[in-house]
Amino acid sequence: MTNVIETRGLVKRYGDLTAVDHVDITVPQGTFFGLLGPNGAGKTTTLEMIEGIREPDEGDVRLFGEKVWPRNRAVLPRIGVQLQASAFFERLSVEEQLRCFADLYAVDHKQIDRMIEMVGLQEKRKTRTEDLSGGQKQRLSIACSLIHDPEVVFLDEPTAALDPQARRNLWDVLRAINDEGRTVVLTTHYMDEAEILCDQIAIIDRGQILTTDTPRNLITGLGSAYRILVSEGVLSDQEAAALPGVDSASLSDGTLAITTHTPSPVLAALAERDALQGLQVTGATLEDVFLTLTGREYRA
Amino acid sequence: MTSFWALTRAQWFGFWRDKQNWFWLLAFPLMFLVLFGFLFRDAGASKSSLTQIGSVAIIDQLPAEAKAQFDNLFEVTKTDDAAAALEEVRKGDVDGAVEQKGNEVILHYSQADQVKAATVRGTLGAFVDGANVAMSGQPPTFTLKAEAAEDDSLKPIQFIAPGLLGWAVAMGATFNAAMPFVTWRTNKLLRRLRLAPMRTESLVSSRLLVSIAVAMIQMGVFLAVGVGLFDLKLTGSWWMAIPLLLCATIAFMAIGLIAGAISKTAEAASGIANVIILPMAFLSGSFIPLDQAPSWLQTIAKFLPLGQLNEGLLDSLVRGEGPGAALMPMVYLLGFAVVFGLIAARLFRWED
Ligand SMILES: Nc1ncnc2c1ncn2[C@@H]1O[C@H](COP(=O)(O)OP(=O)(O)OP(=O)(O)O)[C@@H](O)[C@H]1O
Ligand SMILES: [Mg+2]
Repeated sequence: MTNVIETRGLVKRYGDLTAVDHVDITVPQGTFFGLLGPNGAGKTTTLEMIEGIREPDEGDVRLFGEKVWPRNRAVLPRIGVQLQASAFFERLSVEEQLRCFADLYAVDHKQIDRMIEMVGLQEKRKTRTEDLSGGQKQRLSIACSLIHDPEVVFLDEPTAALDPQARRNLWDVLRAINDEGRTVVLTTHYMDEAEILCDQIAIIDRGQILTTDTPRNLITGLGSAYRILVSEGVLSDQEAAALPGVDSASLSDGTLAITTHTPSPVLAALAERDALQGLQVTGATLEDVFLTLTGREYRA
Repeated sequence: MTSFWALTRAQWFGFWRDKQNWFWLLAFPLMFLVLFGFLFRDAGASKSSLTQIGSVAIIDQLPAEAKAQFDNLFEVTKTDDAAAALEEVRKGDVDGAVEQKGNEVILHYSQADQVKAATVRGTLGAFVDGANVAMSGQPPTFTLKAEAAEDDSLKPIQFIAPGLLGWAVAMGATFNAAMPFVTWRTNKLLRRLRLAPMRTESLVSSRLLVSIAVAMIQMGVFLAVGVGLFDLKLTGSWWMAIPLLLCATIAFMAIGLIAGAISKTAEAASGIANVIILPMAFLSGSFIPLDQAPSWLQTIAKFLPLGQLNEGLLDSLVRGEGPGAALMPMVYLLGFAVVFGLIAARLFRWED
């Protein structure tokens, strides 16, 4: 499988700050790639260097094997970019905005209707972009970046301002795009989103890639315990602690919490005691991986 | 090409739908035209006004040629009300009133305005003398034909309109180039457009087309108001103003692009554009004609693009010059556009 994106030793400095610090990213064609990291980690800067709108101080970027800096018009029709801050032509309606982008990419005007429907802006078709809500702007911006059916799509926090419906709709759209064999690169602060959508995840902090793997491997690699929650009264905490494979058990707020690294025998034992009513199992999530790797303190 | 038209379309709507643009680029300069037009409506008119009481044979029976000359010098209104006519003279509403009793032609004039009185007396006297000579049947030995050096076509509106039009177009082209590029840089639209596979030139040329359209509208409205409301008379090859304004739009767009490139905010760009255009408009005779200005000022004006534009506009619109008169200003403006365009291209930035 060919790699559509390859960066080597990518560096970007702003004065004393090294915003991106020797980043190597390889994205094979058809991958759904997620770039995760705290605020200011360098996600946007990295993406923008790959897209060719920011000049790297060091290192090399290849998109489809081609250089992207300075502006390379050969690769531009093949990529679709939704920037973190959306920007539109002033005083144009949603429809006119998309029409302009359709013409800029020389694609059929049928795409306009398709895109409007795809991001659910049918009712706002004639509305000026200045009068759209934040989430609606975000959706229009995504529509503008997808109008020419690009081979690689870059989305910088596409779901940041979206309501739950729009968020799930966008997931469907992105999955469909990815199913057609096209590559998607996105950044997000929603770990559930990354876990559900991405094939590959890179976690970046202070400009450095900490790890790159599939969400599953990242989570199991953490080796953390499962928590099983049972309603109080079915069995006591001493009884629970005595079950095979249980690490610890404690009672609080009317709920018995059991921690274990081997959930199967514990669940079987609980089933025997008919204690499955209202039972909840929580495993480690991508969020735990993220917090473990990047720490819990605030970032600037 | 599709991107060029896409950008032109988008920018045209963006411009058209902003009422402020129309105020500043059309209504505002037009206000000056109307104001100056009314203020100087009668100034410089070379005719004296004369009220004729009853029939005055010497005037009524002038031979055709002399009559035409007379009409060039006097604006005659006829009345039978002698008292009212005298009252008008006294108030200075007319320069004189004339009546004939037998062979005596009586001119009533007011001493309040000595110059006018003398003019009317002298001129009318000449006609009476002429009539006397004619009556004698002898051909006159000497003839004097008095004509004003400027003909009627150099009434104030004739230089007010071209000057203000030049200013309006210069202002329009400069702002139209400066503002959008700063705005698009600050709101990051330029970065987004940079990711679209269009040529950078389409971005600039589409803006230029919008500016040219605006300049043509400005010219159309200015000339329509001038001709319709203030008796502006277009002479000679007035249509040469079209290519002239085209060249001027390119030159001022280059200035605007530079102003936009060196400004961080739209407010700063607008300030810089104003600081360039407003003094230039004064120095180039957009508001006050330079004919009587000191020669050093006229020299400065020759080097200013707006000075060249105004000169070219005056030549083609009102001075009755042939199409060649606009060529030099056009060459100058294009040369200016090339030099400043290159500077603008060097200063161009996609983002701050
Ligand atoms: N133009 C700039 N000038 C100076 N510093 C910058 C500039 N752009 C970004 N930075 C700094 O570089 C670092 C990385 O910024 P970047 O936008 O890449 O972060 P990010 O990971 O996208 O964050 P977020 O999740 O908040 O979007 C930040 O500390 C930021 O302050
Ligand atoms: Mg970011």
